[in-house]
Amino acid sequence: MLTSTLIPMQFAVPDFAPAIPEIFLLIGTGLVLLIDLFLKDSQRFITYVLSQAVLLITAGLVIAGFNDIYLAEAAQVTGKQSITTFSDMFVLDPMAQILKVAVLLITAGVFVYSRPYLFSREMYKGEYFTLGLFAVLGMMIMISAKTMLLIYLGLELLSLAMYALVAFRRDNGRASEAAMKYFVLGAIASGMLLYGMSIIYGVSGSLHIDHIAAYMGNHEVMQNIGLLLGLAFIIVGLGFKLGVVPFQMWIPDVYDGSPTAVTLFLGTAPKIAAFAMIIRLLVEGLGEMVQGWQQILSMLAALSFIIGNIVAIAQTNIKRMFAYSTISHMGFVLLGILAGSELGYAASMFYIITYAIIAAGGFAIIILLSRTGYEADQLNDLKGLSTRHPWYAFMMLLFLFSMAGVPPTVGFYAKLSVIQAVVSADLVWLAVIAVVMSVVGAYYYLRAIKLMYFDQPDEKDGAGKLLEPAKAGLDFNVLISANGLAVIALGILPGTLMALCVMAVKASL
Amino acid sequence: MIPLSHFLIVGAILFSISVAGIFINRKNMIILLMCIELMLLAVNLNFIAFSHYLGDMAGQVFVFFILTVAAAEAAIGLAILITVFRNRRTINVQELDQMKG
Repeated sequence: MLTSTLIPMQFAVPDFAPAIPEIFLLIGTGLVLLIDLFLKDSQRFITYVLSQAVLLITAGLVIAGFNDIYLAEAAQVTGKQSITTFSDMFVLDPMAQILKVAVLLITAGVFVYSRPYLFSREMYKGEYFTLGLFAVLGMMIMISAKTMLLIYLGLELLSLAMYALVAFRRDNGRASEAAMKYFVLGAIASGMLLYGMSIIYGVSGSLHIDHIAAYMGNHEVMQNIGLLLGLAFIIVGLGFKLGVVPFQMWIPDVYDGSPTAVTLFLGTAPKIAAFAMIIRLLVEGLGEMVQGWQQILSMLAALSFIIGNIVAIAQTNIKRMFAYSTISHMGFVLLGILAGSELGYAASMFYIITYAIIAAGGFAIIILLSRTGYEADQLNDLKGLSTRHPWYAFMMLLFLFSMAGVPPTVGFYAKLSVIQAVVSADLVWLAVIAVVMSVVGAYYYLRAIKLMYFDQPDEKDGAGKLLEPAKAGLDFNVLISANGLAVIALGILPGTLMALCVMAVKASL
Repeated sequence: MIPLSHFLIVGAILFSISVAGIFINRKNMIILLMCIELMLLAVNLNFIAFSHYLGDMAGQVFVFFILTVAAAEAAIGLAILITVFRNRRTINVQELDQMKG
């Protein structure tokens, strides 16, 4: 019976060109893994340099591919500037390219920031870099995935690498507890997402995002119980991965328990990939069900603002405070998506990229203040930072202002554009909650700034030792300064990045 | 021939058992890992049933990938479990409470 359907097929060699960055990254990561085996601990610098080279060359390859998609024949026929390959499973469009460049560059920055931390805690091992590179590969696959199968595989490649990274400090009880919580909740999220995918597959008859969208276009979707059930499961899975209320319970513990270098990674680049996954699944695949997911997402976003900002006030640990602040920021990202307009998607894309840049800077300052045997992750560790390190304090001021949304930093413009999008979608009540809760949120950011600028520094740190001046290498100092100035520069001149996001969304969706 | 809905009901029951197992279980972390496996198997059953009734191979291919990923996930889960046990000398879910707030 089945044999009759197995007609011998012509095997066509797929076009590898759109996936060259991923292929290079995979080969490069494999090589780094192999070379690292033969290095002594004192030569670990080579692994680091090679990983950075792999990331930067991959970013270069993505950028070099920018022109290809505009010249592709498909682009001239459909008007959409995207090319697909591997039986249409893999798509390369302007949005994918911009997000990939952002992921690659931010990860390169994360590696620079985390090196001193790893070095001083005997965690300076090749595994950190190779697992990081595999996670980046997973993110790039998620960003370019055009079928639910590829979305799932990219997500799992990212998640499995992240579970291992969180548990990286094997001798630390808190880190292994955080890893266990992250693993269990991440696996539940994958299970929920898969269950939703299986229902959508059963109803629409295809795993391919475009075919699902075509099916939705021809049927009455809002009356179909099966599809609504599938949608609900998919949103639960996405909510877990993105970390929005009520699926946020793992975020504070994982941020708090993992080594700061891993928190830094976890809190930046994967958020961009999660954004891409939401766009592919909800907007491209289930776009016809926009009324359905708009309602659910607006509840999730409203709860995230309220819970995230209010609980953050009660925190004394900076990493936990940033964790709750992440939850409210992810609410803002959802805000732009649920507006359901091109402007909204572009605003969300702008928000997620700039948030990743800001968060990287914020965690980098925590790394800078901590040293061997002492984590400096309490709010009190910021006391009097302006007298001890005026420049670092100024950078932290910029990051905190930007998270709070104070002009002229980029956070203000990002918040403004998502709120504009949601107001033009006639969801004014949601915009009001967002603004009110941002004011509440400003309290805990300003409290940290007050500690830095108006409190006297303690003679001794929390561990009872005399405070030493923080030391960092030249690369760290240059990057943190560039990071801080980027927050200002993007805030004053957001036009270029915003125009890029609008162009990408218009050409891709 | 067994109708599709029977398979879907079995899949839904297995899925519910696994979710209930994760949230009700307060004792043993290994049971959590077993529930996660069960959850993925429930999804596999769904995919195979749909794939057969739609006459579309893609669903069965998806199942192969899920099985592979589930194996990798179980390996990482058990590895994390071992680090937890080494640090805490316990795998009781309720004692995973060092971090709060």
